[in-house]
Amino acid sequence: MTVKMEDYNGLTPSWCPGCGNFGILAAVKKALVELNIDPHDLLLVSGIGQAGKLPHYTKGNVFNSLHGRPMPPAVAAKICNRDLKVIAISGDGDGYGEGGNHFIHAARRNHDITYLVHDNQIYGLTKGQTSPTSDFGFVTKTTPQGAPPPFNPMGIAIAAGATLVARSFAGDIEHLSSMIKEGINHKGFALIDILQPCVSFNHKNTYAWYKERVYKLDADASYNPSDKFAAFKKAQEWGEHIPMGVFYREEKPVYESEFPALEKGTLVSQALESMKAEKLLAEFF
Amino acid sequence: MTAEINLMVGGEAGQGVQSVGLLLAKAMARWGYHVFADQDYESRVRGGHNFFRIRASDAHVEAIRESVDILIALNKESIDLHRRELAKGGVIIYDGEKLPGLAGNELINVPFAGLAKEEAGDAVMANTVALGAALGLIGYDLNLLNELLTGFFSGESGAKNVKAANAGYQTAQRFEGAQQKMSRAGNDKRMLLNGNEAMAVGAIAAGCKFMSAYPMTPITSIMEYLASHSAEFGMVVVPAEDEISAINMTVGAGFTGVRAMTATSGGGFCLMVEGLGLAAMTETPIVVIEGTRPGPAIGLPTRTEQGDLEFILHASHGEFPRVIFAPATVDDCFNLMIQAFNITERYQLPVLLITDHYMANSYFTTDKFDLSKVTIDRGLLFDKNKSAGGTYKRYAYTESGISPRAFPGDRDALVVADSDEHDEAGHLIEDAETRTKMMDKRFKKMDGLKKEIVQPRYYGADNAEILLIGWGSTYGVIKESAETMNKTGGNCGHLHLSQLWPFPVEAVSAAMKKAKRTYVIENNFTGQLAGLIREQTGLAAGSILKYDGRPFTPEIILAELRKQR
Repeated sequence: MTVKMEDYNGLTPSWCPGCGNFGILAAVKKALVELNIDPHDLLLVSGIGQAGKLPHYTKGNVFNSLHGRPMPPAVAAKICNRDLKVIAISGDGDGYGEGGNHFIHAARRNHDITYLVHDNQIYGLTKGQTSPTSDFGFVTKTTPQGAPPPFNPMGIAIAAGATLVARSFAGDIEHLSSMIKEGINHKGFALIDILQPCVSFNHKNTYAWYKERVYKLDADASYNPSDKFAAFKKAQEWGEHIPMGVFYREEKPVYESEFPALEKGTLVSQALESMKAEKLLAEFF
Repeated sequence: MTAEINLMVGGEAGQGVQSVGLLLAKAMARWGYHVFADQDYESRVRGGHNFFRIRASDAHVEAIRESVDILIALNKESIDLHRRELAKGGVIIYDGEKLPGLAGNELINVPFAGLAKEEAGDAVMANTVALGAALGLIGYDLNLLNELLTGFFSGESGAKNVKAANAGYQTAQRFEGAQQKMSRAGNDKRMLLNGNEAMAVGAIAAGCKFMSAYPMTPITSIMEYLASHSAEFGMVVVPAEDEISAINMTVGAGFTGVRAMTATSGGGFCLMVEGLGLAAMTETPIVVIEGTRPGPAIGLPTRTEQGDLEFILHASHGEFPRVIFAPATVDDCFNLMIQAFNITERYQLPVLLITDHYMANSYFTTDKFDLSKVTIDRGLLFDKNKSAGGTYKRYAYTESGISPRAFPGDRDALVVADSDEHDEAGHLIEDAETRTKMMDKRFKKMDGLKKEIVQPRYYGADNAEILLIGWGSTYGVIKESAETMNKTGGNCGHLHLSQLWPFPVEAVSAAMKKAKRTYVIENNFTGQLAGLIREQTGLAAGSILKYDGRPFTPEIILAELRKQR
């Protein structure tokens, strides 16, 4: 079948007008249509926050999990049914705060999933508190003294062992959908950190602020995304110039390939055979 | 007259207390005896004091006896600590070369290390010499012993251990006054296994395909057992980064349609409670084992307690239906595990099994599990041909509150599940009407669940004056206490719960109303089951409690009952 844009129509979003999430939603749909992925083969696993609502606004199988916890059910679903295209969706609070440990270890184990983080450097759903990626010194309702230094998602993903580490911008749907496609096509753990303006609560990191600063890594032909140290160095860049594109890419066996049980097929397709357990009993005599 | 013997192996971690204990237990089981064995060990890899107690009887036993007939002391501390537990005529087997200067008629000097070196070439087999010595005293079948050792130790090591054991066996037989001769109890073959093994085998027989957990005493061996058999049984065991991840992975796996479980102890379960609510809200089948140890916080990591009943009963915020089993025997461990998987899929809610350190690590003999009796019921599944048409709704309203399940990848359904309150299609809602309907839908499942409660076991006369109530792992000890009371003129009944939620209100009420006095016996401080009984039946009972981290014995319960008179 040929997948059309209408196949990915969902409920009407409840986001604020002008929210960066609209650009992300458009880019997600564009990528899925261009890759001709049937919604029945897709599993979107989201956390909580404005980002966590995205799956409801498109089509597919959906597991809207707890705050900070889309990663564990997403990786488990991929282990159980590798025929699914699994995309986990978080925000900066969800993915880098609450779910930080899951993020690090999922990257380390190299599950074959795509991880989209809507990174608006602020807590939107709770109306304007600091997030793990708020800029240093950023004043919010919970940081009147200014925010502490930010979490570095790119650097941490590279250090943790993620095999595709990329950044894009909600204000550049073309670039973002191309990054999402890279992520889905990549065999392994792919992080796409998405710069996302929050029009209601972040009046510093606006569309204009990002537009002035972002530049594309692939414009520089000498940049080699397979060079881990160069990627790590690039990950430190933030402020006047913000790189986007693929920071790092590596081919490595995926976690799901390590299990002999999966050689016979997906777990969901395997029969439940009680009598087979008979052979276990001999050792107890 | 029953033929019975109580053996104890004591020593420090690393001396092989567990392997000698297990081999002794197995030896007696193969000789046709019923065996019960428990373990007491410290939270350390080397040193400390550990012991393994084995009771073998020609009658069914599921509790330990405090008096010891043969103490195998692998170190001095074992003699000092347990000498006073010796039964009349009891003996201590020890290494007099390593521990010179001890005196007493009960001491049997078998130079474990010296004989091991001399006969088998390596002092490391000292514990096998000790094993042989104990079996020598009871006149165990030497061929059977050799067969046991060659089965346990492979290759050359097997032959050496046979030599070491035979040296101990012959030496012990020279102590004429110390012999405690026994003979084969029968030809019945029984399995010998502990609670964790029975649950792990149960999970495999139930078709569990996915487990994620984080190692924690006392459930680690379940995880290891499943991992070691995972390739053979089409299963994946994921060691998660923490318990939060473990339960959330389990929910994710359950959502895709495989049978999935996790296991932990109280501390890990603290981290799991939010995920438990996720399973409840998304109506995803999961099975959770909580092997309790004394808390709060790290508590006593290698000891036992029944302190988490109320916690498990109420774990996670909000209100939702759940099922809680508490296996009382190894057969329960196996059978309730299978039932847990059927119930969780049929009712689409979390099912919890509470065990504890005592049940997890105690060995029982039992008849071979009958796998032909295992049934697998996956509950209501979505079938396009049987559906009313239209778009698939994961949370469709039904009479029973149970909606047909479809799984991601189904060509005829898109499955939408949400931890937010949601509508029939799975999308998040905020309106009061849908919220009420969804709460009603989830709680309707209780009606069905109440009809299939695992009813409590009852032992005793119909008109028993004194009723003893217990739950979970204390079954064997309480039963033996009641039996002992009745042998000495008492009129005692024993009611034992293997399912705690939904609560068996009628059975408990009826039994309590018949008895003059009721005592609820629990390994905790606050009398949690007694409280639950009061809440559910309006009936009050006395409590016999123990919260020192050690299990009950019949002697302790009988002494407490005497005090209450």
